[in-house]
Amino acid sequence: MIEVQGLTKKFGRTVAVDNLHFSVKKGEILGFLGPNGAGKTTTMRVITGYMPPTSGNVSVAGFNVMQDPLEVKKRVGYLPETPPLYTDMRVDEMLEFAGRIKGVEKSDLQQRMEEVAEKTAITDVRKKIVGHLSKGYRQRVGLAVALINSPDILVLDEPTAGLDPKQIIETRKLILSLAGEHTIILSTHILPEAANTCHRVMIINNGRLVAEDTPENLTARLQGFDTLRLVVDGPQAEIQEKVSSMDGIREVAASVTHDGKVELSVQMSHGKDLRREIARAVVESGWGLMELRPLGMSLEDIFLQLTTKESLEHEMEEAPESPVGSLEQ
Amino acid sequence: MRNVWTITRKELNAYFRSPIAYIVLAVFAIIFGFFFYSVISLFMRQVFEQAQYTVMYGRMYPLNVNEMVIRPLLSNVSVVCLFLVPMITMRLFAEEKKSGTMELLMTAPITDMQIILGKFFAAFILYACLLGITFCYILILFRYGNPDWKPLIAGYLGQLLLGGCFLSFGLLLSTFTKNQLVAGSLTFGLFLMLWILNMASEYASTQVGQIVNYISFTTHIENFSKGVLDLKDTVYYLSVIGLGLFLTARSLESVRWRG
Repeated sequence: MIEVQGLTKKFGRTVAVDNLHFSVKKGEILGFLGPNGAGKTTTMRVITGYMPPTSGNVSVAGFNVMQDPLEVKKRVGYLPETPPLYTDMRVDEMLEFAGRIKGVEKSDLQQRMEEVAEKTAITDVRKKIVGHLSKGYRQRVGLAVALINSPDILVLDEPTAGLDPKQIIETRKLILSLAGEHTIILSTHILPEAANTCHRVMIINNGRLVAEDTPENLTARLQGFDTLRLVVDGPQAEIQEKVSSMDGIREVAASVTHDGKVELSVQMSHGKDLRREIARAVVESGWGLMELRPLGMSLEDIFLQLTTKESLEHEMEEAPESPVGSLEQ
Repeated sequence: MRNVWTITRKELNAYFRSPIAYIVLAVFAIIFGFFFYSVISLFMRQVFEQAQYTVMYGRMYPLNVNEMVIRPLLSNVSVVCLFLVPMITMRLFAEEKKSGTMELLMTAPITDMQIILGKFFAAFILYACLLGITFCYILILFRYGNPDWKPLIAGYLGQLLLGGCFLSFGLLLSTFTKNQLVAGSLTFGLFLMLWILNMASEYASTQVGQIVNYISFTTHIENFSKGVLDLKDTVYYLSVIGLGLFLTARSLESVRWRG
């Protein structure tokens, strides 16, 4: 359905996307994972015909985005990160306008509007003004706008960003229900989201493809080592030695925090939970156990593991918590 | 064409749903009403003076309503539009860029030119509504006087063409920024500069002065106001409108490349 070969996009001297290759099969859900500024949105904008690539070939449903942009646009429904809605229109007017510029036949338009409104569960707000809707509803109206001309391909840029957990789950269900008839590309920076919805995940960083696999494989790769964060009040060298000498510990990195405690990042072998043993060992040695918790498997964790060879210590400091991620786990 | 009309309708809805159209129309109606009143009272004084002369010299000095009322009124229209057109055009692209709806338009299966023309026509229709207001005033003249309608048509055609030039360049400047205020100020600044250049170059005898005079939008309105339909002026206006729309298309393309 979608063929991307050697896609490069530069903005001045900045390279947003660097020689990206991939393809998406019909009916597949592909997830783009990556931190902000990784080039996800740019890649999507090229696929939707919003912007031309600097170099490389992108074809959608057999049409080249540079040569036949109109044919491509007829077949792609795009939901940008902020839903492109006119806030002074009513939902119905918005759908009608979108249907018209996307070339839906006049005779089919009313029926089509009804269908997408039902599919995206916005039937009860059809008479309301878009500007008065909540973020969750706007997102769904945006999705309805993208679906209005029943495109073969749906491109969704962070469809769950800014929604509350309940809305996120609903949106995911909706996306899954659309999977059969549409080929879907969605971007996210939340790993569980990709794991739950996508058939295949591509991790992008600095415009380059870092990893491409099924979510199961990626997660498995990650779960090969479970990591704990441990803060202990005591002598650094001894603590480190004690913990590393335990069975089933792969690696320990330690540092001293600003208030004089020892902070350790402990990697355990796959499938072993040594929290009890570690806690006991620390307490029995007479040190103070200040903190002990597993590190969440946020995308950032995978990400740093896949992209950089930096020390775990660094990873612990840098990895921000992902509230949605921990909620899902 | 259907796509162009869809965009035009959307823009007209936006104009008339927000206060902008009503403000522009109301401000224009008041200002024009004032001009109308002062020109008419001047004319009335001249009519009385002429009656005196007729008695004194026994000879008629014909007074022309077209020359003495309609022509100065129409030339005032172009000056007022200098101020009002930026308010009409500033939102056209700047608002779409700001709210992100640009992405909807630019990923829809329509060409950039269709978007531009749709927006241009909407602005043009609003501008025509402004002229429509002036026409209501002029109709009063027909009730009490006997103006010639042919030069009137030429005069209005000239105003429409001049307005088209203003609008197409206003549209261009609206593609440059996300900020409506910036777009409006740029447009106003440009028009003001053209107007001042025109005033300065009007009596210039140097070659540069003549070129500037020829390029200026308002120079070419003279013939139309006199009721003369000159092919040269018509072609000038149509090509300026075309140039404005072409540059808008190029600017939009650069927006695409830059993201």
